[in-house]
Amino acid sequence: MSQETMRVQKISAHSGTVPGEGTQREYTVSKLIDTTTCIGCKACEVACMEWNDLPFGETVFDNTYQTMPETRWNYWNLILFNEHEKDDGSLMWLMRKNQCMHCADPGCLAACPSDGAIIQYANGIVDFQQEKCIGCGYCITGCPFNIPKFNPETKRVYKCTLCADRVGEGLEPACIKACPTGCLHFGSKEDMKDLAEKRATQLRTHYNFPNAGVYDPAGVGGTGVMYILHDATQPELYGGLPKDPHIPLAVRLWKGPVKWLGNLAMVGGIIGLFIHYLRFGPKDKEDEQIREEILVAQEKEVKAREENRPAVRAKVNEEGGEPSKGEHL
Amino acid sequence: MTNGWVDIKNTDMMLIMGGNPAENHPCGFKWAIEAKRNRNAQMISVDPRFTRTSAVADQFCQIRAGTDIAFLGGLINYAIENNRIAHEYLVNFTNAAFVVKGDFQLPADTDGVFSGFNAEKHTYDRSTWNYAGSGGKPVPNPTGMSTGQNHGTPPPLPPLPENVDYDLTLQNPNCVFQLLKKHYSRYTPELIERITGISKEKFLKAADTFTSVRKDGDLKKVATIIYAVGWTHHSFGTQIIRTAAMLQLLLGNVGRAGGGVNALRGHSNIQGATDMAGLYDTLPGYLKVPTPADADFDAWMKRVTPTSSKPQPWQSFNYYSNTSKFVVSFMKALYGDAATKQNGWAFDYLPKVDRDYSWTHLWDDMYHGNVKGMLSFGMNGVAIGPDSNKNIDALKKAEWLVVGEIYPDETSEFWKSPKVIADGDMKQIQTTVYRLPCAGFAEKDGSFTNSARWLLWKNAAVPLAGDARLDHGIVAQIFLKVRALYQKEGGKFPDPILNLTWGYSDKMNPPLAEVLKEMNGKALADLEDPTSKQQIKAGQQLPGFAWLKDDGTTSCGIWIYSGAFTEAGNQTARRDPSDPSNMGVHPNWGWSWPANRRVLYNRASCDLNGKPWDASRAQVWWNADAKKWVGNDVPDFKADSPPTDHMGPFIMNPEGIGRIFAPLAAFADGPFPEFYEPIESPIDNLLHPAVSKNPVVTKFKDADDKFGTPAQGYNVVCTTFRLTEHYHYWTKNNPMNVQLVPEPFIEMAAEMADEMGIRGGEHVKITSARGNYIAKAMVTKRIKSMLIDGKKTYQIGIPFHWGYRGISEDEGRTSKKLVNQLTHTATDPNAHTPEFKGFLVKVEKV
Repeated sequence: MSQETMRVQKISAHSGTVPGEGTQREYTVSKLIDTTTCIGCKACEVACMEWNDLPFGETVFDNTYQTMPETRWNYWNLILFNEHEKDDGSLMWLMRKNQCMHCADPGCLAACPSDGAIIQYANGIVDFQQEKCIGCGYCITGCPFNIPKFNPETKRVYKCTLCADRVGEGLEPACIKACPTGCLHFGSKEDMKDLAEKRATQLRTHYNFPNAGVYDPAGVGGTGVMYILHDATQPELYGGLPKDPHIPLAVRLWKGPVKWLGNLAMVGGIIGLFIHYLRFGPKDKEDEQIREEILVAQEKEVKAREENRPAVRAKVNEEGGEPSKGEHL
Repeated sequence: MTNGWVDIKNTDMMLIMGGNPAENHPCGFKWAIEAKRNRNAQMISVDPRFTRTSAVADQFCQIRAGTDIAFLGGLINYAIENNRIAHEYLVNFTNAAFVVKGDFQLPADTDGVFSGFNAEKHTYDRSTWNYAGSGGKPVPNPTGMSTGQNHGTPPPLPPLPENVDYDLTLQNPNCVFQLLKKHYSRYTPELIERITGISKEKFLKAADTFTSVRKDGDLKKVATIIYAVGWTHHSFGTQIIRTAAMLQLLLGNVGRAGGGVNALRGHSNIQGATDMAGLYDTLPGYLKVPTPADADFDAWMKRVTPTSSKPQPWQSFNYYSNTSKFVVSFMKALYGDAATKQNGWAFDYLPKVDRDYSWTHLWDDMYHGNVKGMLSFGMNGVAIGPDSNKNIDALKKAEWLVVGEIYPDETSEFWKSPKVIADGDMKQIQTTVYRLPCAGFAEKDGSFTNSARWLLWKNAAVPLAGDARLDHGIVAQIFLKVRALYQKEGGKFPDPILNLTWGYSDKMNPPLAEVLKEMNGKALADLEDPTSKQQIKAGQQLPGFAWLKDDGTTSCGIWIYSGAFTEAGNQTARRDPSDPSNMGVHPNWGWSWPANRRVLYNRASCDLNGKPWDASRAQVWWNADAKKWVGNDVPDFKADSPPTDHMGPFIMNPEGIGRIFAPLAAFADGPFPEFYEPIESPIDNLLHPAVSKNPVVTKFKDADDKFGTPAQGYNVVCTTFRLTEHYHYWTKNNPMNVQLVPEPFIEMAAEMADEMGIRGGEHVKITSARGNYIAKAMVTKRIKSMLIDGKKTYQIGIPFHWGYRGISEDEGRTSKKLVNQLTHTATDPNAHTPEFKGFLVKVEKV
């Protein structure tokens, strides 16, 4: 990957043209995760923490091998463990490395109201620029994969950068480098798609996975992180991977109002009011309905996750008391 | 390993059993995945729990812990019944055609034991476990040491016949093949279901899949068997591995790329520790120790040097006929000029091992006040157990304890154990404990010997932290002080101490490269090879063990490592990744023993004419023009022995062949493995209830050595295991690992938890006859109830990583218990490994 691929291609809430827009794009990068050869060893989790210098957090036993219930502002790469009993009674222990999917059409970026807080490089990496983040949390709503997480101390949002700093220097992301089985691959999107299809074909032909396939959902324009799944018809089994993810309609609509309100703000000089309105103001009816839909969908997802959990979910540690604040973030 | 990590990529079929490499060897497991990805290899996982290995396997069988021999014996039966055997290999490369003496009896003939059993002493007179034939020299007492705690010396044995009777048609009712067939015909799928809990259907599917490599009637395909301590941690562990070896011989999978029987070692250097005489009854390089019965050096050599035993027209290289060269060179390395032909190469300096001094016996000796002190490096003896309470009680009686570690651990603070606190006797403990800050692995150089027998040199990555010292420096300095005392005060027998060679450039901290050079060996006089006329000058490093002499002109610390550090330099430091054959040989990457050979017994990868069974995986072959064996690997064979000689490929056995039947003193508990129940088991042995357990296993009888029965309420089978996220008892001190898995837990079936009203995360108390363990329940679908002889039986698993020192422990998040407070002290009679897996417990909600 040359520096050229790190050229900025999209900018959140930016009114002007993107510098360098229209020049020829080299290629997008892509991470391919083969869940059929993932052994859940968590080397990727550790590599992510080490490369990105993320601080340790406290965890509690939760009746699972999964390190924590979901990604945190300081834990960007999390393998989700799910036990699934097939109709024939045989067991599958599904392990899916969860992190930012680096959507071609990123919901977080679409939702972000702060100029330049979220950018997409020409190579497809979606990157948060925390110094421009205003902590509004819209990106969290905009993400169909529940990835960006808010740090209450810095009041900013964080997520996987696909190791943009490494990729820019021609290196693979840290998780890829650490993977011992080679279930993680990195390369151009085209190459990865090709590899993924070949592996899926092998799984359908030589192994007992007639529904093996590739997860690269069109609803978000395809993703910079693709999965090979044993059963591509049931992505929800893998810790609630959405079957057909879309940018929430609300976020799409905000594009209009944002621009319109932005103009109004310039004219009236009431930027503060605008921010306040967006965050806490009276709720647009249509907006309200869409939010509801999102909540229902999220609830469904949580429920699905619950159901996939082994038997019963653990109570929170009794001896150790309630988990630290960071636990829920 | 007969093969190696990278070699697994060459396989077509994997049986992973008694091991969980995805979790415990994730880096090496890459090659299992490569085989799946590149060769469409199949993987069968057999385990008491559905593990992360099972998650990527193509088939999973949940087995009751400790019933592996029943399963493997069933595979042997299935392969024979369905003619999925490698006939040509079997007849020529194994002892299948050898005829066994007429008075040998199988357990089926005697109701549970082999011929020669002495019920009073729990030993076998193994003289009937022999081939029929003629000739051979009598062997004195095979080991010279007693085999159990209260046993006398076993009776002397007859020799192996020089000329063995044989029947190449395999029809003789007393030939090994017919005995094998008869013995395992009892291991029917129905019986296996009742013993192991694996349904007949699942077993048959697994058996069909595994033996399918021979369904086409040729030897092209290859299957591997991969195991770890899930097989060794039993009172019949050695025999489980034997069964696997026999199955692989039957299928023609030994010596082949992608085949073999492969032990995955649990520490980065445990193979090295074993090579360097980790067990009390070996010297470095697996040479047998002298015993009190050996009057002198020659008597010792006579006893431990085998003579060949084979069908008359065949050849046997019998490589161990060179034993005296290895031993004399070892003695020269130890004692230099003080080891002379006149003094029997300082034979008197060596301790004579008179009985079992293995792990549990050491602790038992301390428990009884016979061992006064202990130097403990690179291990955590209390946590290792078994029966940690006994080890703690033993340490209370010791006068002193020295622990070299990088963290405070359960051993160096045994007096902080909940047991001592509960007993309230801390004030009575007089043991003086010295805890020395030792270097971590990244703070010192040296070599690691991995599971594949590859020695890989590493440099120190970081300087010693704080006041830390090198472990071997500490040992060296203790030795120098002891030697100084002997010099000053004389003492009873100072010679072995005073005459030990110590020629290191830094005597206080011997440089490890110099130690490796010493292991490799050097010429003590000018040498010349009679055929090649190659010369080696006195003082030069030896190129390999073929140069070793028994006349005192060579020294060598460990013969199998000869070739590791030659005149060409430190071979273990080589880092050339190239692999011309693309078979994962990487001949110039590090160095493997023996002789940089990657796959052992690789002559067996060729047919009788010296042509590879599978041309696409050619390892070695006979080059008729050059009149020698050549290949991509180093031939494990007499290089100039033409196929017409019919020399056996298993050159380390006196027969030259692979032993399906292991004669005479090879094993304490039988020439064929027989299924015996674990020492604590939920049912009596269905094959022979009267002889339920391994009959030669003996138990300690002290207050701490208790054993439980189902009648006492101990009716749940318990196994112990390790997690990817932790390394032994070490990483509980590291925040990163603790974040990944913060606390101890107990894995139990959802069905069992429902019945007991236990929810995931609630505390559960596990009690064995020895002690109890409390941790949170991990309620999972990955363990199911089993029908054992028709009765619903549960199995639980406990990861063993926690104790009373560590981050979670210090924060008061755990019950500070050790898993090995549950385990018992009965051990395997061959390898002396305790039965850490498959014991009985009670499970209660707390």
